[in-house]
Amino acid sequence: MSHYISITAGERAEMLKAIGVNDVAALFEAIPSAVRFPPLNLPKALSEPEIRRELTRLSNQTAGAHTHSMFLGAGAYNHFVPSAVDQILRRSEFYTAYTPYQPEVSQGTLQAIFEYQSLMCALTGMDVANASHYDGASALAEAAVMAVNVLRNRRKIVITPSMHPHYRRVIRTLLVGSGIDVVGDENPTATLADVMQLVDNQTAAVMIQSPDFFGTMHDLKAVADATHAAGALFVHHFDPIALALFQTPNDVGADIGTAEGQPLGIGLNFGGPYLGIFTTRKQFVHKIAGRIVGLTRDVDNAMAYVMTLRAREQDIRRERATSNICTNQALMALAAAVYMSLMGRQGLRQVANLTYQHAHYAAQQIGQVSGYHVVDNGPFFREFVVKCPKPVAQLNRSLAEAGIIGGYDLGQDYAHLANHMLVAVTEMNDRSEIDHLVSTLAALR
Amino acid sequence: MNNSYEPPIFELAAPGRIGVSLPECDVPTTALPAHLLRSDELNELPELSETEVIRHFTRISQRNMCIDTTMYPLGSCTMKYNPKIHEEAARMPGFANAHPLQPTYMSQGVLRLMYELQRDLGEISGFDAVSLQPAAGAQGELTGILVFKAYHADRGDHARTEILVPDAAHGTNPATAAMVGYKVVEVKSDARGNVDIDDLKTKISPRTAGMMLTNPNTVGLFEEQIEEVCALVHAAGGLMYGDGANFNAILGIVKPGKVGFDFMHYNLHKTFTTPHGGGGPGSGAVGCTAALAPFLPAPYAAKVGDSYDWQVPAKSIGQVKAFWGNFGMLVRAWTYIRMLGGFGLREVSETAVLNANYIQAQLRDYYPVAVDRFCMHETVLKGQITGASGVRTLDIAKRLIDYGIHPPTVYFPLIVPEALMIEPTETESKFNMDRFIDVMRTIAAEAQQDEEILHQAPTKGVVRRVDEVRAARQPVLRYTKEVFAAFYAEPGHHTV
Repeated sequence: MSHYISITAGERAEMLKAIGVNDVAALFEAIPSAVRFPPLNLPKALSEPEIRRELTRLSNQTAGAHTHSMFLGAGAYNHFVPSAVDQILRRSEFYTAYTPYQPEVSQGTLQAIFEYQSLMCALTGMDVANASHYDGASALAEAAVMAVNVLRNRRKIVITPSMHPHYRRVIRTLLVGSGIDVVGDENPTATLADVMQLVDNQTAAVMIQSPDFFGTMHDLKAVADATHAAGALFVHHFDPIALALFQTPNDVGADIGTAEGQPLGIGLNFGGPYLGIFTTRKQFVHKIAGRIVGLTRDVDNAMAYVMTLRAREQDIRRERATSNICTNQALMALAAAVYMSLMGRQGLRQVANLTYQHAHYAAQQIGQVSGYHVVDNGPFFREFVVKCPKPVAQLNRSLAEAGIIGGYDLGQDYAHLANHMLVAVTEMNDRSEIDHLVSTLAALR
Repeated sequence: MNNSYEPPIFELAAPGRIGVSLPECDVPTTALPAHLLRSDELNELPELSETEVIRHFTRISQRNMCIDTTMYPLGSCTMKYNPKIHEEAARMPGFANAHPLQPTYMSQGVLRLMYELQRDLGEISGFDAVSLQPAAGAQGELTGILVFKAYHADRGDHARTEILVPDAAHGTNPATAAMVGYKVVEVKSDARGNVDIDDLKTKISPRTAGMMLTNPNTVGLFEEQIEEVCALVHAAGGLMYGDGANFNAILGIVKPGKVGFDFMHYNLHKTFTTPHGGGGPGSGAVGCTAALAPFLPAPYAAKVGDSYDWQVPAKSIGQVKAFWGNFGMLVRAWTYIRMLGGFGLREVSETAVLNANYIQAQLRDYYPVAVDRFCMHETVLKGQITGASGVRTLDIAKRLIDYGIHPPTVYFPLIVPEALMIEPTETESKFNMDRFIDVMRTIAAEAQQDEEILHQAPTKGVVRRVDEVRAARQPVLRYTKEVFAAFYAEPGHHTV
């Protein structure tokens, strides 16, 4: 018997007697007999010591930030995660609870979500945040759907080719069948000014990532103004660490601010679980998808938190709901809340500044190596584009041997950027790591 | 549980504190671009020491019920024990620190894990192909219906505009079909809790793109005519979507792929016991037949010779999530399957079904059973107590809290009046179930003696019943000093 199950043979017999059957098989007679009790051809069951060995073997067959200096970003960043974050996530009270449907016994989860929402508002300057979406990509897709629901007769979404390629793919996949057109990234070299030409009276939203996929920060105020002049909503897909220093969705006048929340205390985890941040203005609160927690009182007048504005959600609205989201990323939102609380104003600004300074130092040093050219795309935060003398995949193989995971090969997504590497630098890459990268690249030219 | 009020973290903060230790800047500095700076200095962010942050979040954690402290028979959610080895496994260095875009030759261990999990989930469910990409059950549903749409379009069949959904379905089913632009056609249930075949026949048409069906269904029952339902839908050219929310009942008992389902999602956070996390992260892996495999999300993990790599299905619907899925959840599910093996998985379902039937048998004389036949992994009772007409299901649920038990799912499925959906799972002990049974009987007796006891419940939660109308009418969705000060100043305010 599995060590997760408590029912003994004797107890099973008593229970079967109470039910009025002779054996457990009798409970499954509703299932067609020809397909009942099929064999499962699975590997042999392993004990805990054995599974640990297997897991260790698979873990050891995988490199990462624990074995190499990490200069790869492209939407997933190796930022510092304080030990205290994981210690809170490991509390059973948080991780073994579910959706706080019963507020009387879920105040912990509810308060954590309320504080996450509040911290996201403090970070972005926006009025409201929901309890989370799956990731940055799905938050963007939900922003598109919300914009179309706010502006009923408009069904066009304008994006740029400098939005993360995965996000653009996910938005398109998720919106198939919604009747929403996504335009703007057909020409891979189109600039922000170019795509703004597409904004018209059919446009529901303009969605701009800044810092963009190439790391460039854009001054979005004029873009947001032009979007509003066309009667559309403006979505700023931001970077939560960059926001400690740089323009917020509120500063630029965005109607919706979305982000990938992974940099806020969530490890790389081979791509997930991450966190979809979604913030907006007060007037759109009834149009937001996903769970939201609010403050109220109980019958004895004690302060209490509760899931609210529930009439928006799929379990109540069914086919009239604008989103099917149910389970979201609550534990990852908790990680972000703990991270932001630990960092505070000073810590987060320090992380952002270290990231900015390390990235700029790396760019200056690489720019001085002959054969490599740092492309001037304007102001950047933690990522920049390097034109390399050799194919990026080839360089990365050599870098790996030198203990470095090199940057992203942009030629994979942008034909005109073959031999261009997207290099990410965070506070985790100290001067010696950066110098090692630079000297290794120099030796490889 | 901790029933002392814990102030919002903002009220515990003071300027000048920090809760982390960070390195000095060791490189020459570059000026920040002045025209791009944020308009404030992040002034609203609270500042605390590490000690205070840990205390705050630990204290609020104690204001939760959870599986590790309490029986949590929340129907349809499969709140089974979450093994501790899973938490160790997901945090192993190669899993926690691998970058999703690093070269595949650096990621062989994680790709192998994904490949094996795809293979094993396919074997358990009888499907030919599996994608691990969807982030949660609802995203798995969306993936499935997008695949249906792509499949029909690929055959040049553009006349299919409807998805059939039983009236007992989870809200995510109709919401999903609508998101993909399908018209939702509701199918009735019959008196035995099955899909009403006669009604189904009147709803099936050349417009039918497919049907979404949870099996075992949301009344906790196995569809007795499942093969006929699938055959009818297939005969009309439609496809069968299996909502795997209740898969915990049928591991090693029956394979959905072998009774006529074309596609299904697995809630790894239910059946394969990756933790629920207070509302996620989940994982909504999907499986399907060979005919639908070319349409699955891209990419999936494949074995090429002796190594592992990404592959893109020929007619893929595209990507549904950035990167590859909620990988940390996949590590836990892989570990679970590997530790239990085929025999252990069958034991899971047999025990889950045994436990639910035991509770049903012991409570049937106290609470009417929605449909009186053997249930699968959960039993749906009605909160209608003889001689206590003023008592509702909500009152019973809240009274359970006073006895230290998490309430079951209530008022779902919608077709059962006053539904109480009880799912003990296989990991509940007989001792705990007997206590639950005793408590439910006691509550029925209390209701008959003095309904007020139930109406007043809970009195032993962290808080008592909350004013949901106020929360919705005067929404306070974030901390501000002013709003909290106004709350504190209200007459009768107290914080205990």
